[in-house]
Amino acid sequence: MTVVVDISHRLGDFGIDARFESAGRLTALFGPSGSGKTTLINMIAGLIRPDKGRIEADGRVLVDTDAGLFVPKHKRRIGMVFQDARLFPHMSVASNLRYGRWFTPTAERYAEMNAVVDLLGIGPLLDRRPAKLSGGEKQRVAIGRALLASPRLLLMDEPLASLDEARKTEILPYIERLRDETKIPIVYVSHSISEVARLASDVVVLAQGKVAASGPTGAIMQRLDLLPTEERGEGGAVLNTAVLRHDEVFGMTVLGSAAGEIRVPLLATPVGAPVRLRIRARDVMIATEQPTGLSALNILPGTIVAIEPGEGPTVEISVDCNGATVLARITEQSRQTLELRLGRRVYAVVKTVSFDRANTSAGLPVEADG
Amino acid sequence: MNWLLDLTPDEWNAVRLSVKVATVAMIASLPPGILIALVLARGQFWGKTLLNGLVHLPLILPPVVTGYLLLLSFGRRGPAGAFLAEHFGIVFSFRWTGAALACAVMGFPLMVRAIRLSIEAVDRRIEAAAGTLGANPLWVFGTITLPLILPGLIAGAILSFAKAMGEFGATITFVSNIPNETQTLPSAIYTFTQVPGGDTGALRLTLISIVISMAALVASEVLARRVGKRMDIE
Repeated sequence: MTVVVDISHRLGDFGIDARFESAGRLTALFGPSGSGKTTLINMIAGLIRPDKGRIEADGRVLVDTDAGLFVPKHKRRIGMVFQDARLFPHMSVASNLRYGRWFTPTAERYAEMNAVVDLLGIGPLLDRRPAKLSGGEKQRVAIGRALLASPRLLLMDEPLASLDEARKTEILPYIERLRDETKIPIVYVSHSISEVARLASDVVVLAQGKVAASGPTGAIMQRLDLLPTEERGEGGAVLNTAVLRHDEVFGMTVLGSAAGEIRVPLLATPVGAPVRLRIRARDVMIATEQPTGLSALNILPGTIVAIEPGEGPTVEISVDCNGATVLARITEQSRQTLELRLGRRVYAVVKTVSFDRANTSAGLPVEADG
Repeated sequence: MNWLLDLTPDEWNAVRLSVKVATVAMIASLPPGILIALVLARGQFWGKTLLNGLVHLPLILPPVVTGYLLLLSFGRRGPAGAFLAEHFGIVFSFRWTGAALACAVMGFPLMVRAIRLSIEAVDRRIEAAAGTLGANPLWVFGTITLPLILPGLIAGAILSFAKAMGEFGATITFVSNIPNETQTLPSAIYTFTQVPGGDTGALRLTLISIVISMAALVASEVLARRVGKRMDIE
């Protein structure tokens, strides 16, 4: 399944000129608000008609302004989950879920009511009205409603943006299951790095209506310069790891990665299961010798492969730890004092407590190098 | 109390006729009412202001003028009247159908207004969501828009009914005041006031008129509340 978008569109004095192709399981359209990502996803859904360009999904041309082609939204079979859920207020949850089924040809119905209800844990809500649901419940029902129309492609427009942290934590695992247990490709709009790092297989970075970069999540997350200023502190390396063992005594989980063992706060993930680990660049220290008498538990030996100037007084150091790249943000002063330069052997140091729930997630591995 | 309930056959006929005329006028104006309200609420076209003005004309014109215009166009020799009589056998002049037409026209602006307001209140993003689920525009209208504007439809229908129950000027001008055919409640009351000793009859019909109108109003309130409760819109 490939999505090809190549459009140009004007909205008042804001212009969008975007071109990207993605074949990922979950492609994130990532960028600050006003970067045009919602407009793009609305164009894929057929809610906005681009001034000029072409949109293809799964080899099917949906829009081609040169040929005067525009497939209306109800004929695209593309599911959409909106930020504000948009459930039908006059119908029960069950009727909301069943709505799209009517319009799907029997031969193309692959989504099954019970399976979707179980996947999203919405069984107890079926008889309720949308007005009686919490924000997180509404969003889960909205996801189920889109799925039950058996779409060829699922679009999600900041589905977590209007929810508080607790509700986000409630829904994220469901989106992960959606990504890993169903075959529907997903395009996911977000301005949150933690969401993108946790969910995406591929990222398209948008800035001011243009595609700034696109590629596998691992590669994009290391390009701190691509991230919006206010989110830059969240940027860093994304590593593929697996649970080696749980240390019940100290309440920690030991993850195995190419870079070595990494200790994080106890996870519920079973031993052997893959875990995607995000190490924020600001949480990483650099030592030139093997540190002793240090409280930090994770000390990863490696070689400096890149030094990039960062925001203000900082530099960003990429350390290759046996094939896995770890990113560290330190001050220029430290760099000079320690005489850090390309090719130097160093130790990347990460405190266990710097990993919180948002940094570890189950499932889908990422390609660390793109 | 006997004098109140003891209606003469002619008075009964006036009551029955009024209810029949008002009901037919209300039901017949619903489809065009919804259509015009939809066009006015959502259409963007040249002449929208003109259409809006035309719809509201019966509200601002003297009813006699509306009645006379109906007579000119839908009378036996009027262009519309002659066409309808010849091709469909529908005759309006001096028939109860004419009274229903006059009432429908007079109540139309009220009905359109109520429906238009409720259409404008519908969140179009919910309709867009239905579209992405595969519903074509007609289905979206039937399954989303129509149920959501139901309270407005009820309000519009009741306004039209109430207006029809009280319509006098246009009706009497267009179809005159013929007992058993075009003599609705207001015409009957008017007739009573014009003859000596008609006071009791006029009062009887006036009270009946009040009861019917109040009943319609209460029914609409109950209906609207039940619909509103069922929908539970946030």
